[in-house]
Amino acid sequence: GGGAVKTRKPDNTAFKQQRLPAWQPILTAGTVLPAFFIIGLIFIPIGIGIFVTSNNIREYEIDYTGIEPSSPCNKCLNVSWDSTPPCTCTINFTLEHSFESNVFMYYGLSNFYQNHRRYVKSRDDSQLNGDNSSLLNPSKECEPYRTNEDKPIAPCGAIANSMFNDTLELYHVENDTRTAITLIKKGIAWWTDKNVKFRNPTGDGNNLTALFQGTTKPVNWPKPVYMLDSEPDNNGFINEDFIVWMRTAALPTFRKLYRLIERKSNLQPTLQAGKYSLDITYNYPVHSFDGRKRMILSTISWMGGKNPFLGIAYITVGSICFFLGVVLLIIHHKYGNRNTSADIPN
Amino acid sequence: FLPLNLFEQFQRIANAYFLFLLILQLIPQISSLPWFTTVVPLVLVLAVSGVKDAIDDFNRHKSDNHVNNRPVQVLINGMLKDEKWMNIQVGDIIKLENNNFVTADLLLLSSSEPHSLVYIETAELDGETNLKVKQALTVTAELGEDLQKLTDFNGEVKCEAPNNKLDNFTGTLALRGEKYALDNEKMLLRGCTIRNTEWCFGLVIYAGPDTKLMQNSGRTTFKRTSIDRLMNVLVLMIFAFLALMCLILAIGNGIWESDKGYNFQVYLPWAEDVTSAPLSAFLMFWSYVIILNTVVPISLYVSVEIIRLGNSFYIDWDRKMYYPLNDTPAQARTTTLNEELGQIKYIFSDKTGTLTQNIMCFNKCSINGKSYGMLPINTEKVDFSYNQLADPKFAFYDHSLVEAVKLNDVPTHRFFRLLSLCHTVMPEEKKEGNLVYQAQSPDEGALVTAARNFGFVFRARTPETITVVEMGETKIYKLLAILDFNNVRKRMSVIVRSPEGDLTLYCKGADTILYELLHSSCESLKEETTEHLNEFAGEGLRTLVVAYKNLDEEYFQDWIKRHHEASTALEGREDKLSEIYEEIEKDLMLLGATAIEDKLQDGVPQTIETLAKASIKIWVLTGDKQETAMNIGYSCNLLYDDMADVFVIEGSTSEDVLNELRKKMKPDSFLDSDEINIQIEKSSKNPKLLPDEQANGVYGLVINGHSLAYALEGNLELELVRTACMCKVVICCRVTPLQKAQVVELVKKYKKAVTLAIGDGANDVSMIKTAHIGVGISGQEGMQAVLSSDFSFAQFRYLQRLLLVHGRWSYIRMCKFLKYFFYKNFAFTLVHFWYGFFSGFSAQTVYDQWFITLYNLAYTSLPVLGMSLFDQDVDDRWSLLFPQLYVPGQENLYFNKTVFIKCMLQGIYSSLILFFIPYGAMYNTMRSDGKAIADYQSFALMAQTCLLIVVSVQIGLDTSYWTVVNQFFIWGSLSVYFAITFTMYSDGMYLILPASFPFVGTARNTLSQPNVWLAIFLSIALCVLPVVGFRFLKALLRPTASDKVRRNFKAKKRPPPPSPKRRLRRTSTRRSGYAFSHQHGFGALIMSGRNMRPKSPFVYPSKDFGLSILPCALSGFSSSPKAVSCSWGKRSRGSKTSIQYP
Repeated sequence: GGGAVKTRKPDNTAFKQQRLPAWQPILTAGTVLPAFFIIGLIFIPIGIGIFVTSNNIREYEIDYTGIEPSSPCNKCLNVSWDSTPPCTCTINFTLEHSFESNVFMYYGLSNFYQNHRRYVKSRDDSQLNGDNSSLLNPSKECEPYRTNEDKPIAPCGAIANSMFNDTLELYHVENDTRTAITLIKKGIAWWTDKNVKFRNPTGDGNNLTALFQGTTKPVNWPKPVYMLDSEPDNNGFINEDFIVWMRTAALPTFRKLYRLIERKSNLQPTLQAGKYSLDITYNYPVHSFDGRKRMILSTISWMGGKNPFLGIAYITVGSICFFLGVVLLIIHHKYGNRNTSADIPN
Repeated sequence: FLPLNLFEQFQRIANAYFLFLLILQLIPQISSLPWFTTVVPLVLVLAVSGVKDAIDDFNRHKSDNHVNNRPVQVLINGMLKDEKWMNIQVGDIIKLENNNFVTADLLLLSSSEPHSLVYIETAELDGETNLKVKQALTVTAELGEDLQKLTDFNGEVKCEAPNNKLDNFTGTLALRGEKYALDNEKMLLRGCTIRNTEWCFGLVIYAGPDTKLMQNSGRTTFKRTSIDRLMNVLVLMIFAFLALMCLILAIGNGIWESDKGYNFQVYLPWAEDVTSAPLSAFLMFWSYVIILNTVVPISLYVSVEIIRLGNSFYIDWDRKMYYPLNDTPAQARTTTLNEELGQIKYIFSDKTGTLTQNIMCFNKCSINGKSYGMLPINTEKVDFSYNQLADPKFAFYDHSLVEAVKLNDVPTHRFFRLLSLCHTVMPEEKKEGNLVYQAQSPDEGALVTAARNFGFVFRARTPETITVVEMGETKIYKLLAILDFNNVRKRMSVIVRSPEGDLTLYCKGADTILYELLHSSCESLKEETTEHLNEFAGEGLRTLVVAYKNLDEEYFQDWIKRHHEASTALEGREDKLSEIYEEIEKDLMLLGATAIEDKLQDGVPQTIETLAKASIKIWVLTGDKQETAMNIGYSCNLLYDDMADVFVIEGSTSEDVLNELRKKMKPDSFLDSDEINIQIEKSSKNPKLLPDEQANGVYGLVINGHSLAYALEGNLELELVRTACMCKVVICCRVTPLQKAQVVELVKKYKKAVTLAIGDGANDVSMIKTAHIGVGISGQEGMQAVLSSDFSFAQFRYLQRLLLVHGRWSYIRMCKFLKYFFYKNFAFTLVHFWYGFFSGFSAQTVYDQWFITLYNLAYTSLPVLGMSLFDQDVDDRWSLLFPQLYVPGQENLYFNKTVFIKCMLQGIYSSLILFFIPYGAMYNTMRSDGKAIADYQSFALMAQTCLLIVVSVQIGLDTSYWTVVNQFFIWGSLSVYFAITFTMYSDGMYLILPASFPFVGTARNTLSQPNVWLAIFLSIALCVLPVVGFRFLKALLRPTASDKVRRNFKAKKRPPPPSPKRRLRRTSTRRSGYAFSHQHGFGALIMSGRNMRPKSPFVYPSKDFGLSILPCALSGFSSSPKAVSCSWGKRSRGSKTSIQYP
């Protein structure tokens, strides 16, 4: 017969016989000790670099909540959403050092739980994306800010409803004359948010008022969404202040970009050292839940804003690594040979 | 199947738990995660285990069908019809033929043999291979082969309820108004094999699960591994931990809601139905249950199953466990016990067919002071072609013996003549020249076969004559008397008259006995022979001394008269007979000695040595007799002479015996101050676990079934276990199948150890089922052992590979898997816990919901599976070379509660790092373009990327055997993560389903930030470096055996060549003369002629010798027969017998 006898003998493949070629690294002194030293040696300079960079960043922060009775904004502390006329206050401050490069102006909130689960989900992304059916019939997630007086709210939800609406204006004070500093309000949101995630509803014509027909404004808002700004490409859902607010913060203390201050010429710093005053239209009540409001001016480096944490962490970890490397080296010298020479008991 | 399977699956606690979670998620107030995060894994898990169950089910059906569908002939309405085994019912009359397995417990009705005898082999039942005889009642024997008569057979059988006593049966048969007593002599039990009998008819008394075999096989229990049990405990612990975390967070939420949330309602009003902080806290508790449920991931159980399945396949695929001779690969029949193979501490082994091949081999002999027989090294087999009647299978390697035979050396001839005459073997010659011997014991068969090959062919026998072909010349000897074997005499003799008229007594027996009976002229020969005997015994051979004596005619006539008187005496017949035997068996002339090898399976001594080095204790449990068992114990290196002592417990034992033993082994164990005694005192009620005790030397223990029965009965149990476990080796002989199981049960009960039972026959089924792991030797006749086993292979020696290689790897892999799995899920889940403190305890997740869905399923499942399928710390050669690598498994060192706590702590540490490093890196800072970075989505992406890279590096650190597949899985998983992330965060996906993919653009915007990557690297360093340092220090300061082997492995690259096999030599002079079975021989039967064909010219008047041939197997355990009363009416099947159990 020519047919091979069929046996049940297992195949002789490396896989089935568990003989796959393999790399079998083990932790030896030759690999572990250098690893510790190298990591230490890499981390320490990185840490120093980050630390220095971070320290070179100019940052100035003002808390304008007005808790202290002496604060100019103390009078506005118990302001409500719909107070008319709006409460305004002015805070004067002095910059000790000039801000050389572009300056970013932020507002910061504390004790504000933008990361609360019910808050985070209280929005309708379809509506914000310009979907017409969602516009008139917002998602249930928006409750209780879904409809008002039987009209759908646009934009719906707690996030939109609680949008930050203080107005901040910055003046340079020189010899008692106040020079307004140009604050640029475009370019503060992510490109993807502005162009992909947020879109105005579509329809005939570009008249936002008509497009938002049949909807009502969020309860807290003084004016509807199509009146947020006068420029059409910064109005409605694609208003950048709105977009920035809608990108909810991860932590209860957060900053959001408010305005840009561009450097005008190479000769002059963006903000010279000197006196400044901040005019606040105080609309946004935070006192009831012990919230704090801040205004921050900051320059930026290659790695972002001021953050001493990373630099210090890198230096610490690097040093510990190096130190551990030394300790392990000593231990290895003392005890290592004893065991390697020992044979396996048979 | 599908709904049923689903129902069954949801009965598993884990699955039910996930169903419960799913329901929780559907409650809008509670739901903290969208439903798909649970549904997708749940469906996948159910699908995988459903498919696995289906395959298992199918396979089980297949093997069941194999047994159930064996055909058997049943008498139905006067005709024989083939029926399947499963259709046999009580009351059926069935016909069995030669070499058939007995289908059920039968009452023997008639057979083809004279006096309706039936020969059966009971190896499957008790491990004994000698043939046994059963005889039918005379009334039923008349029925013969007459189908009509059989059909008309109308009797009523009353018998006891089904029980497990193999050696006992009582009942009555009422037939035509007369009652006949039934006993075990008339029963054919299931599991036996019909031998040497053309056909027989039997009436089914017990069928199916009522048969004695099945009654003995013990309950089938679902086996779980100790890791399984530990896992269940751990899962419960995790649940408790989960509940604690949720409670903390719920309380936190209550406080937060009343303190801050209440005021924060200007921006975030409370949910509709929530009116107070406590209610919110209550709801939040369940929300957190949903979020934190990933500490007990659903994929755990499925992954464990997959790993076990994979490792089982490796066993099936292993060529080194494949036995080419009968084409049998190893087989993992149960795929859920693999890691337990790496933790075995006790092996319970059968002897016959497991350790030994059950082949007796005439190996050496000493004739007239000259020793013959050499080791089979480089010598050719002796050519027996000059002898046409030679058995072709017989092999002998010493040519000088053949020369001696050919040269007509007188002592040599006399030696072989003796072997061909002095025995009780029955010849069978179906075809001319094709002789088959039916020997009561295989040893005798071997001796007669040897004589046959050397030219002294035992060809036929009648009650009066023995026909021998001596060197081609047929001679008929008159058989005058058989002085049969018994336990006290330890010898047998025959008295024959040669054709020339010489009267000779031939005797063979144990040397100790025969040496006393020798004529004084043999002194010098005795010395030489003793030397040879010592040599034989040293090689583990069974020895017999043979001697002869020429008798005086006159004296013999006188003797035979007295013999006849004695054998017909009514009182004290036994004593008188043995007296008369003794009288004639003296002044014998020494001829020589024989040596028979009870052939061990290949590699048994080496395997046992290796296993012993792995500190596995081996207990041999055999139904065979003590001498045989001990002899095997010596020849396979279980017992050896360097042992401090080998205790033999015989007879009815008492506490004193055990106490005495312990006094010797560990004197201080009787003091009250001994901690174990104190411990036993303390927990006197509950079944307690005994700690390991160390004896002051190496001891062996041999205990027989009788003593065992006593010991198992009462309070002696504890003492027995304590004593037995201090011995290195325990041999239990003459134990019933149930006792085997009891012994295993005993050790399971009192010792926290994993047990393995290995055997080949139906008598091992109960212990195979009882032990944590049952191994069946396959490829022999009978499949019961294999069918009830968890693993099967063809040779005992594969056990070392199964345990030391596969078991060890499986165990290590499983442990590594569990360690890593718990670690990764703790690290993953606890980040939510920390985040709770910063998000108002609102059950907000840290990660994207898609990441939560896919984390266990897609991103981290394959690398850890890869590790647990391919990892090997040292390869198989090293594992076998250093059996001590096995010890950590027995001690349960790689995964236990301590290790679990360590994993948990490591997980908690990692989760802290994974939360607070991104936190620190984002707190009050900005992106490099000035925009805010601390938004939730960026934070989520950063945290999940950190996590995934950290756990990937961790698995890399855990993997010690990087194959291509591992590389592919780890790198692949990371790439898949980035690919999926970028896809899901892309514009396209968002535009299709804005609600499901709200993270649009996050990946692009965040992963381009330098401080995100700085944070990721920092997290990796912080999570991994401490582990590296710790492991390095551990390997340096307290290296495990595995570390050392690996270090050496690095250095040497190749294991040293295996040391040349040592020939096991014993210096001992203890020898065994057991070429007999433990019972009366067939002598009486032969002399009575009852087993002869009718053609035999003489039919002796049937003396009442009583066929007490069955083994007096022991039954010390008392099982009170239940008063079951059931009776069957007349069956329509044709047999008109009714059977009643009182």
